[in-house]
Amino acid sequence: MSNVKKAFENGKAFIPFVTCGYPDEETSEKIIRTLAENGADLIELGIPFSDPTAEGPVIQGANVVALKNGITTVKVFEMVKRLRRDIKTPFVFMTYANVVFSNGADKFISQCRDIGIDGLILPDLPYEERGEFSDICDKYGIDLIPLVAPTSENRIAMIAKAAQGFIYIVSSLGVTGMRDAITTDIPSIVKIIRENTDVPCAVGFGISTPAQAHDMAAISDGAIVGSAIINEISKGGSDMLKRVGRLVRDMKRAL
Amino acid sequence: MEQKRGRFGIHGGQYIPETLMNAVNELEAAYNRYKDDPEFNAELKDLLNNYANRPSMLYYAEKMSKDLGGAKIYLKREDLNHTGAHKINNVLGQALLAKKMGKTRLIAETGAGQHGVATATAAALFGMECVVFMGEEDTKRQALNVYRMKLLGSEVVPVKSGTATLKDAVNEAMREWTRRISDTHYCLGSCMGPHPFPTIVRDFQSVISKEIKEQCLEREGRLPDVVMACVGGGSNAIGAFYNFINDKSVRLIGCEAAGRGIDTFETAATVNTGRLGIFHGMKSYFCQDEYGQIAPVYSISAGLDYPGVGPEHAYLHDIGRAEYVPVTDDEAVEAFEYLSKTEGVIPAIESAHAVAYAMKIAPEMGKDKIIVVNLSGRGDKDVAAIARYRGEDIYE
Repeated sequence: MSNVKKAFENGKAFIPFVTCGYPDEETSEKIIRTLAENGADLIELGIPFSDPTAEGPVIQGANVVALKNGITTVKVFEMVKRLRRDIKTPFVFMTYANVVFSNGADKFISQCRDIGIDGLILPDLPYEERGEFSDICDKYGIDLIPLVAPTSENRIAMIAKAAQGFIYIVSSLGVTGMRDAITTDIPSIVKIIRENTDVPCAVGFGISTPAQAHDMAAISDGAIVGSAIINEISKGGSDMLKRVGRLVRDMKRAL
Repeated sequence: MEQKRGRFGIHGGQYIPETLMNAVNELEAAYNRYKDDPEFNAELKDLLNNYANRPSMLYYAEKMSKDLGGAKIYLKREDLNHTGAHKINNVLGQALLAKKMGKTRLIAETGAGQHGVATATAAALFGMECVVFMGEEDTKRQALNVYRMKLLGSEVVPVKSGTATLKDAVNEAMREWTRRISDTHYCLGSCMGPHPFPTIVRDFQSVISKEIKEQCLEREGRLPDVVMACVGGGSNAIGAFYNFINDKSVRLIGCEAAGRGIDTFETAATVNTGRLGIFHGMKSYFCQDEYGQIAPVYSISAGLDYPGVGPEHAYLHDIGRAEYVPVTDDEAVEAFEYLSKTEGVIPAIESAHAVAYAMKIAPEMGKDKIIVVNLSGRGDKDVAAIARYRGEDIYE
């Protein structure tokens, strides 16, 4: 079984997302450590991209700051290598197709394996285009994690059948960011997924409170939280790591 | 030149969020249903002829030809279309398609503002709601077009993210489309983005080369030796090239915006300085750094200030069917002034890039040779910016 799937073995999975290199490389490394130490079951590590078209303002802003402060793919790989010395929590990279393609997909994905990355999420890689990356991911044992959206409808079964690791259910139309309410009929989506695969599924986009995380995990296998964490980081202050740790604990406990 | 679904050689494809997949599939199905439908085509032709002022004339630039002392130069006067550029050809087609699909709202990106104005115009004509995304930097460079769009009843959203230019306007329009799909059509302005956009835009713009061919045969009894056009995303160029692709005797030349030069970082010449990548829904050539971060490009022309190029151009480059040459700001501004003084035609600064290259090659060609320059738009919108370039401040 893949490490990604294992993250769903201990009850509902809590999956935090952070942008690597935000606000800077050193702090970012401490934040990732904090996520792991406070109960994250799987950590989604965003490699910044200049034009993150699936992101709302909060994560866009984090991308801009991280790139401005000099983060690069090479530095992210080095950081993951250091973290992997003692952190066992499964890691998946979330980035855009060009970051992988432009580095040479084979080289990028083989390095992912070497440094201990377990999966890859590319929000601009739909089912139709996954072939050119999935063959390479298979070769190196990296799970290529697909997304399912509120508009997927007739496509859900097809996506589920090919899924590896877990299925990322996009809770709402639009981009990432905190929302007051999630109105999509998630249970119907989960039902179709269950009929077609035993790969677990988790809900993300718009989850900002422990109560929302609880609700979304209750109808799936886990909850993904990004913007709310980035938002907490952006407030800064000397107790930032403490506050981020508390947020993760509260979220995990709420599941 | 499309081969595998949505591919031009290795280029093209559909690299977009899952949220949009059913929307582009729905668009493709609708397009396939209507593209050969006689009623749809009759309606579109009526709009093009009786609203947009087609066919546009093929004008013999006699003074310019004689002054340069070489090839005969013809200008395909897309600047005389309603709204002042080629953009209306594609917009009328897409707006009509959107109407057939039951959409009531158009969104668009714009660089120089020409595509935004065309979309706002079609929305006004069809009674549709319209929101145009425009880089904040461009709203300053093209303030006149911003107000035109507002006059036409559209909302203009200044985009502050990234370099606040065309690529960021595309990002924001794509984000908006993922927010609201059911009633909204994304009226993409160039032959770029995910399939089926590059094909749809090319087909609606190919009326340009269809007319050039007919007009040149009628006037000269033969095909031109060269057809050239400026290339940002590449919609006016693909429109001018398309019906000549199989006529191997016709040289096709795309003129890219070199900005301050292709050996500087201040350039937008994608084919000349970029490399293969995946962005804005397509595989093609992009200006990017070693890590795949999209580069902040530069050109004096807001319409060519884009870090990518349409996938069919990337393919025509790969197979050597079309040439892509760099033209600097300085050369374009000189051509802008030259055409104004010589022919009494003020070209868009975008189109002036193609005029500049014609000025370069015409003198070296025989007097029996024929060059057609696609004059994609008129230059009224650029007058203030060119004045600034020459150190003069005027009220817009």
